[in-house]
Amino acid sequence: MTTPRPETLAKLTPVLTKRWLSPDAWRIGTYEKLDGYAALRKALKAHPDDLIQLIKDSGLRGRGGAGFPTGLKWGFIPQGDGKPHYLVVNADEGEPGTCKDLPLMAHDPHSLVEGVIIASYAIRASRAYIYIRGEAVHAARRLRSAVQEAYAKGYLGRNILGSGFDLELVVHSGAGAYICGEETALLDSLEGFRGQPRLRPPFPATHGLYASPTVVNNVGTIASVPYVVLGGADWWKTMGTEKSSGPMIYSLSGRIANPGQYECSMGITLRELIELAGGMQPGHNLRFWTPGGSSTPLLTAEHLDVPLDFEGVAAAGSILGTTATQIFSDQDCPVYATYRWLEFYHHESCGKCTPCREGNYWMVRVYRRILAGQGTHEDLDTLLDTCDNILGRSFCGLGDGATSSVTSSLKYFKQDYLDYIEGRTAPKLSDKQLVGAH
Amino acid sequence: MTTAFTEETRARAREIIARYPADRSRSALLPLLHLVQSEEGYVSPAGVEFCAEVLGLNKAQVGAVATFYTMYKRKPTGDYLVSVCTNTMCNVLGGQEVYDTLSEHLGVGHDETTEDGKITLEHAECLAACDYGPVMTVNYDFFDNVDAQSALGVVEELRAGGRPMPTRGARLCTLKEMAVQLAGFADEREGAVADGGPGEPTLRGVRLAEQHGISVPGFDPNTPIRSKEAEAQK
Repeated sequence: MTTPRPETLAKLTPVLTKRWLSPDAWRIGTYEKLDGYAALRKALKAHPDDLIQLIKDSGLRGRGGAGFPTGLKWGFIPQGDGKPHYLVVNADEGEPGTCKDLPLMAHDPHSLVEGVIIASYAIRASRAYIYIRGEAVHAARRLRSAVQEAYAKGYLGRNILGSGFDLELVVHSGAGAYICGEETALLDSLEGFRGQPRLRPPFPATHGLYASPTVVNNVGTIASVPYVVLGGADWWKTMGTEKSSGPMIYSLSGRIANPGQYECSMGITLRELIELAGGMQPGHNLRFWTPGGSSTPLLTAEHLDVPLDFEGVAAAGSILGTTATQIFSDQDCPVYATYRWLEFYHHESCGKCTPCREGNYWMVRVYRRILAGQGTHEDLDTLLDTCDNILGRSFCGLGDGATSSVTSSLKYFKQDYLDYIEGRTAPKLSDKQLVGAH
Repeated sequence: MTTAFTEETRARAREIIARYPADRSRSALLPLLHLVQSEEGYVSPAGVEFCAEVLGLNKAQVGAVATFYTMYKRKPTGDYLVSVCTNTMCNVLGGQEVYDTLSEHLGVGHDETTEDGKITLEHAECLAACDYGPVMTVNYDFFDNVDAQSALGVVEELRAGGRPMPTRGARLCTLKEMAVQLAGFADEREGAVADGGPGEPTLRGVRLAEQHGISVPGFDPNTPIRSKEAEAQK
C-alpha cells in the first residue's frame, strides 16, 4: 500500500471521530476528560437565541442527506407560543451504504447526548427523543448507558447544572422500517403508528411531534453542535467549502483496499478518498459508485474529481446524500446492483403512495426478467416510464430515491442491459428465482 | 382481561408508558410490542391484546402497527435470530452465498425456524455496516466480514449450545432477552456494555490522521459565543 500524498492527508479533519481512538470514551469520566460537557457549561450561560445565531453563522448543514441549514431550521421554531417544543434525533440509519452514525453512537455516545441538551436549550424544548434504528442494538446499548450516566451527573433532568433548564431524554428503539428515516414517518412511528410519511406543509417546525413545534435532526448534525459551541463558527468554517462548511464522515465501502470511515473536509473528491483508502483492491478498476447511498444517482470513473460537497455533487447530476460512497468495480454488474437495490425499495415502501408501492413491485419483476435472460427492449422503456411515474409523485423521498439507480444506470450502462437482453451476457438469475416475474 | 403476561412484564409496561407524556401514551406502543416479544418470542394475538389493553386501544389499531415493522415476528422464533445482509454491497461481496449456504445447511428459508427451535434465519436489508461487509448478525449483534465457512461455524456453535463472541457489540443473549433491551431497558449483564471496541474500518481515517500527526488547527475551546444583547449595549 502506498502512502497517500501529504496534500491528500491534509484533507483529513478528525473532529467528530477523534474520541473514537479512546476506547473508553463512551464512559462519562473519559468523555469529561476529553472536553466533554464543556460545551454544555458554556452554552447554558449564553442566551438561546445567540446559540441559534452561532449555528447559523457556522453554516452547519444537516448530515442526514438533505443538507438543510441547521440554524435556519432551529430558527423556524416559533418562540413564546405556549406550546411544548420537541427535539427528535433521527438515528434510524439505514440508507444502503451508510454506516457513520452507528459507530458514533457506539464509541462516542455522550457527544450526541451533549448536543441534544444544547440544541434543546436553544429551541426551548424540555423533552427530547433519540429515535434509534431497532437493529442497532450495539449502539443503543451504549447510548442508553450514556443517558443514564448523564442523568446521574445532573446533565439531564431538572435544573441542569443549576441553570433552571429542564430536559427529559428518551432513547426510543424502532422496529425495522427504513421509511422511518424519513422525518415525518419517524414522527408517526414515534407517536405509535405505522411509519408513513405525512403531507407537508405543515412542516414539523410548527406541526411535528404531537402536532407541536419540533426540530428533527440527524445524529451527525447534533453531534457537531458541541464542537461549534466550543471552537466557534469561524473555526468550523475553516473546514469544508464556502457553502458546505465543516468536516464530514465519508463512509467508504466496496472494492477498495481499506474500507472504513474517513472524516474529511467537505469537498474532497473520490479520487482523494480512494487514495486515503489505499487504492482500489488489486485487480479491480472503478466502474460505478454512489456518492451518498443507494438513493443518489450512480456516478462513474468520469466523476473521480467531483468535489463531494452539496453543490459539487448536485452539479454532477447526483446528490451528496449521506456521503456513503459504495465503490464498485469492473467485476460488478450495474444491472444486478440496481436490481438488489430495487428489491430493497420494494420491501421498504410503506405502501401509502400508489406510484412507489406498485412501481417498485413491477420494476423488481422487470429486472428479474432481464437478469434471467428473458428481457425485451421494451422493458427498458417500461423501466424509464415507471420511474417517470414514481419520481415526484410520492409523498416522500423514498419513491424518488428508488428511481435514482434505475435512471442513472440506464444512462451510463445501457449496454450492460442490452447485453442481457440480446444474450451476450449469461443470465444471472435462474428460473427458480424468476417465479412471479411475468 | 388478558392474563398471559407476568407481573414483571406488567410492571415493565407501566415503566415504559411513564416515559412519554401522560396524554401521549400511544408513543409507548413500539417498545410495548418489543416487550411482549421478550416474553413470547413473537407478537401473538395475546400480545396484541395486552398492548391494546394497557394503552386503551383496540386490537385492530395494535395489529396494524405490529404487522408494519420487520422486527415484530408473527410466529414463534428460535433462541437466535441469524440475519444475513443481502443488500447490494454485502451481496456482491459474498453475502448472497452466505445466506444460500446457511439456508441449505439449516434446511430453512427466510423467516423460518429450525426444528430444534434454536435458529431463525432471515435475509436482511442493509445493516449499516458496509465497511465490514459481508456482515451477518445474531440477535442483532454483528459478525463482520463473514464468508460461508465462518458463518457455518457460528451457527453450528449456536446449535451445539455455545455462544460465539460477536466481532463487535456485546456477548450474545437470547432473542427474548434482547427484546427487553429493545423495549428500552438497560443491558444489566455485568460487563456487556463494555464489550466490543471499534473495529479497524471504523478507525481507519482517524488512525491515518493520528499516524501523520494531522489535526484541525485553530481549535480554541474558549472561543466566546457572540451575544446580541451585549453587542447592542456597546
